[in-house]
Amino acid sequence: MLKDITLGQYFPGNSLAHRLDPRTKLILTVLYIVILFCAKGFVSYGVVALLLLTGIKVSGVAPRALVRGLKPILFIICFTAVLNLFYTPGEALASFWIFTITKEGIVTAFFMVLRITMLIMGTFLLTYTTSPIALTDGLETLLGPLKRVKVPVHELSMIMSIALRFIPTLIEETDKIMSAQKARGADFESGNLLQRARALVPILVPLFISAFRRADELAVAMECRCYHGGEGRTKLHVLRYQLRDYLVLAAYGGVLAAVLILARLGM
Amino acid sequence: MKPIIRVENLTHTYGENTPFCRSAVKDVNMEIMEGEFLGVIGHTGSGKSTLIQHLNGLLRPTSGRILLGDRDIWEDPKKIRDVRFRVGLVFQYPEYQLFEETVYKDVAFGPKNMGLDEKEIDRRVRAALAFSGLGEELLEKSPFDLSGGQKRRVAIAGVIAMEPEVLILDEPSAGLDPAGRRSLLENIRAYHREKGTTVVMVSHSMDEVAENVDRIVVLANAGVVMSGAPHEVFSRAQELMDVGLNVPQVTQVAMELKRRGVDIDPAVYTVADLRAGLAALKGGNR
Repeated sequence: MLKDITLGQYFPGNSLAHRLDPRTKLILTVLYIVILFCAKGFVSYGVVALLLLTGIKVSGVAPRALVRGLKPILFIICFTAVLNLFYTPGEALASFWIFTITKEGIVTAFFMVLRITMLIMGTFLLTYTTSPIALTDGLETLLGPLKRVKVPVHELSMIMSIALRFIPTLIEETDKIMSAQKARGADFESGNLLQRARALVPILVPLFISAFRRADELAVAMECRCYHGGEGRTKLHVLRYQLRDYLVLAAYGGVLAAVLILARLGM
Repeated sequence: MKPIIRVENLTHTYGENTPFCRSAVKDVNMEIMEGEFLGVIGHTGSGKSTLIQHLNGLLRPTSGRILLGDRDIWEDPKKIRDVRFRVGLVFQYPEYQLFEETVYKDVAFGPKNMGLDEKEIDRRVRAALAFSGLGEELLEKSPFDLSGGQKRRVAIAGVIAMEPEVLILDEPSAGLDPAGRRSLLENIRAYHREKGTTVVMVSHSMDEVAENVDRIVVLANAGVVMSGAPHEVFSRAQELMDVGLNVPQVTQVAMELKRRGVDIDPAVYTVADLRAGLAALKGGNR
């Protein structure tokens, strides 16, 4: 049950999207968000949608998996839509009690929903095609220049990869502890909010203790292998941009320019 | 003796309708008799843990049913908690589940969930600690200050305190030193003897099972492959080895003696039996 949680899940594969340099994909994701927020009219949104569809097609990720990822934010989407629908001033189409639906409201709500949906789907594409290790590796290299101003880039990315590494372990552990407490009659499903919160204590205490134990053991194991932070550390796999990275980046630049022009023209 | 738990055509499949779908137990039928000390053995991944988690309703069968007494435990899913009080399950490495400030409170967790009154809880906690071989001086200590073996005993006491009709222990002695192992098993044996309740012990140590249980169920490849009294099971040494298990060391000695021409029954499984067998041999020769 707990194992079903998808948390930036990675789908292994060998598509162009999988083979791109993680740094490229990170830059592309940022560019994609910029493009999305520049889009104004139907035509420019159409271009972004085309971009997203191409990305999905190339990555070979099942569209169903992307749609499933939207479920947790369904509430936010609906909320935004309703808010925009009623609170955009303009030409009134219908009104009842204190609510007024305007023509502009419908258009804004539609674009807002489109924007959020495409934002989430696009960023999911990144985590679906990039393994957590590659992602942190790319992030570390991209943020490398910040080391000059004393930002502990390597340490931060190490923290991130360890955290990602231990998510499945801790989920499994939670499952086990929950079963054990259930075997002693613990009840997590009934009672009011306060009772339910209290019912979590028998899970959280052992979970924290075991997390600390694991952290301790990991620290010792890392020290045994002479880990001393990022200084002077070389990499087994050095990231190198390939021709495909440059090509995809150039294409994205083109799309950004096109969308900017279209938005200027109000389309 | 009549069966207290009956497992009928139990199948459990993990990750149904996904590419990772796998049956951990497949079409298992078995009975647990009232008052017996049953050993369940099987190598890693044979479905032991999955099977026992069905016995107290932690897992729900994909198909098949579990009867406790004469009733299907899933007849009324709302009452599944009562089944867990009647069938006490001690997980592997149970010491990692301790959470309370004192040993007393931790052991009282189960009885408290049962809704018993203070006096009854107090009686049960003290009795359970005595059965698991812990002194009263530990009652107000923090469970996290105890040694590994003591923690394990506290965790076991936590289940015994619910006074279940069936006590199931998953590898209770795993990771303990030989002395701790012996004394813990002695405590479990004494508990079984004095309370007369049904005890099921899961293990992959042949020697441990041989010395303690009345009956053995052997699991392999997600199903039951053998069941019977220890001497019946251990007389089928070859079949056991075929499923990745072994016979107790004493049995191995007897088998080797037999192979070398000594006239002895190879299906002995405790040191005492082998000694008796050898003594009889010596006497016969004179």
